[in-house]
Amino acid sequence: MSNVNEQHPLETDQPRFSVKKPEVRFDRQGEMPDEQRVRKAMQNFVKDFGRVAALYMESCIHCGMCAEACHFYVTTEDPKYTPIWKLEPFKQAYKREYGPFAFVYRLLNLKHRVTVEQLQEWQELIYDSCTVCGRCSLMCPVSIDIASLVSQARHGMFQAGLVPHELWAVAERAEREGSPLGATPKVFRDRCEWLADDHEVDIPVDKEKADVLCAMSSIEIMKFPGSIVATAKIMKHLGVDWTFRSDGYEATNFGLLSGNSAWQKDMSMKLINAAVACGARVLILPECGHAYGALRWMGANLYGKPLPFRVMHIAEFLAEAVKGGHLKLKKLDKSATFHDPCQIVRRGGVIEAPRVVLEALGVELREMFPAKGTNWCCGGGGGVVTIHRADGLRYKTFQLKMKQIEETGAELPVTTCSNCRQTFDDGQAHFKWDKTMNSLLEMVADNLDE
Amino acid sequence: MELLEFARGPGMFWSVVIFVIGVLWRLVGIVLLRSKADLSEPRNPAAWRGLRNIVMRSWPRREFLGGTVFNETMGYVFHVGFLVALFFFLPHLLFFRDVSQGLIGTSFGQVFGFSWPALPGGMIYFFSAVSVAALIAVLIHRLISPVKRLISNFDDYFSWFVTIAPLVTGMLAYSHVGAPYQTLLALHLLSVNLLLVWFPFGKLMHSFTIFATRSVQGMQFERKGASL
Repeated sequence: MSNVNEQHPLETDQPRFSVKKPEVRFDRQGEMPDEQRVRKAMQNFVKDFGRVAALYMESCIHCGMCAEACHFYVTTEDPKYTPIWKLEPFKQAYKREYGPFAFVYRLLNLKHRVTVEQLQEWQELIYDSCTVCGRCSLMCPVSIDIASLVSQARHGMFQAGLVPHELWAVAERAEREGSPLGATPKVFRDRCEWLADDHEVDIPVDKEKADVLCAMSSIEIMKFPGSIVATAKIMKHLGVDWTFRSDGYEATNFGLLSGNSAWQKDMSMKLINAAVACGARVLILPECGHAYGALRWMGANLYGKPLPFRVMHIAEFLAEAVKGGHLKLKKLDKSATFHDPCQIVRRGGVIEAPRVVLEALGVELREMFPAKGTNWCCGGGGGVVTIHRADGLRYKTFQLKMKQIEETGAELPVTTCSNCRQTFDDGQAHFKWDKTMNSLLEMVADNLDE
Repeated sequence: MELLEFARGPGMFWSVVIFVIGVLWRLVGIVLLRSKADLSEPRNPAAWRGLRNIVMRSWPRREFLGGTVFNETMGYVFHVGFLVALFFFLPHLLFFRDVSQGLIGTSFGQVFGFSWPALPGGMIYFFSAVSVAALIAVLIHRLISPVKRLISNFDDYFSWFVTIAPLVTGMLAYSHVGAPYQTLLALHLLSVNLLLVWFPFGKLMHSFTIFATRSVQGMQFERKGASL
């Protein structure tokens, strides 16, 4: 497609990956005429267009209420961040090229052709200022799942070569190397070996057969390796027959986030094939929001048949162990508040499990307002945290989170998504905030009652 | 009077034909698209329970109330006012009975086994006036709200016009103000013709699709155990 990544490699040694300085942006990939870009964008937008997406596209009443649900609008009051507006060129193209009255729109030229300039302008709205958190989908009085349409719009943008530089580059690297952050199979194996020695815990990698296959996100492997150790300690505590696999360990899916459905499938199939190869009954997904949605809700559809194993988020696994009486935890005499990762809680359905685990840890849970399904996004999901030019905007939205957490007065902010955690760490550093986000998984591992 | 004869004769007939064919065309155009089965293991196999979303979404969650009070209140007021005027005004009920007898030889009430009384004309006038006031308020809001102004297009303004026109002309005809009754009645019927002709092409279609969108999102999200 292009050699953007070689020309402008990413700094992965930084606290969060970024484009090397001086910053040279490359937000158009590949060489093709403008007309072809537009055609590709629209073809790929409608490629997987089914009944549901069409129904959503036909039903907007332009009430504008979705704006009030979007952290990007609420914190800036800039109307261009109204969620449904982020889809405007695609709505325009749908009506003109695809809808039931497309012939009328074309005949009378009621909807103009989308231009490449329009799509370039919308790149910021489809990527930088949408975390695909789906809060707007709950606000919409008509019940349009706007977030799902943004994901579909990203399919078009990717094939048109109109993805923000960093997001394209990390996605390409993930497809090429198996990880967006350089956590290649060799790096992963080495890291597990080193962590096993350092922490005197058994970390099985590449066992031929195992009941449970665990996965990690690259963010954890490279920035929060404590998650690997925590997983190993908990599995040992529970006496589970488990393994990591170097042919399927990376759960993040930058194919999904960038909008390349072929790469998305490649990335998901690695995990699926690894689980099948070791005969796993359960595949446990790590503390990563979109990784959960990508495999739990989309995996079987990419596989083409129901998955022959159960897919669980680590918080669900821990909650089941608590309920079954297998997970013995020491009590923490502290107050905590839980940040709900959007793809796990609001859109994933894992709403109570993290709270069950926190209760078992004996913390006094002080819920934010709003909490659970309507909690505010951290601002870094959907690939936004990778996009440098979106930093200023993201910091604005982060202030919503700081306010929410401060208002609870809780001692410990806790979450169960490493991407949220990374966003919190970055926000904490930016605002010199005195609150550090904690991992639910690591809290459990640190308080095992052996 | 020619205009009145046209409005209640061929005008009404063809606008109903366009309305029916247009609505069916648009709905069938959506339904005929493919729909892939979701192969993921449901968290909640009783996805039909998500149908509660049809009712639930009619009122925003507490967390969302703050920024939407105006939209919600005015939305309710003009919808209720419009529906009361449409379904509880005696001449409208007589019109529906005539249509029904013309189509199936008897009244809908006898077929479905229920009917409802008309409300006094003065009360209908009041509901219409309240609905008109709310529609004017939402138009002003659309013009001054930066969000609504940005996202609005011809459909929004024209749909507003074809919605308020039957209310205003109906009130004029009822109160015999500004022109002879026959002329006002003709204008009222013409505005209804226009409403019916535009209905399938613009956002008024949400009157039908809203039940489908709420059902679909309700069932999809319920299946995942996601928030609704």
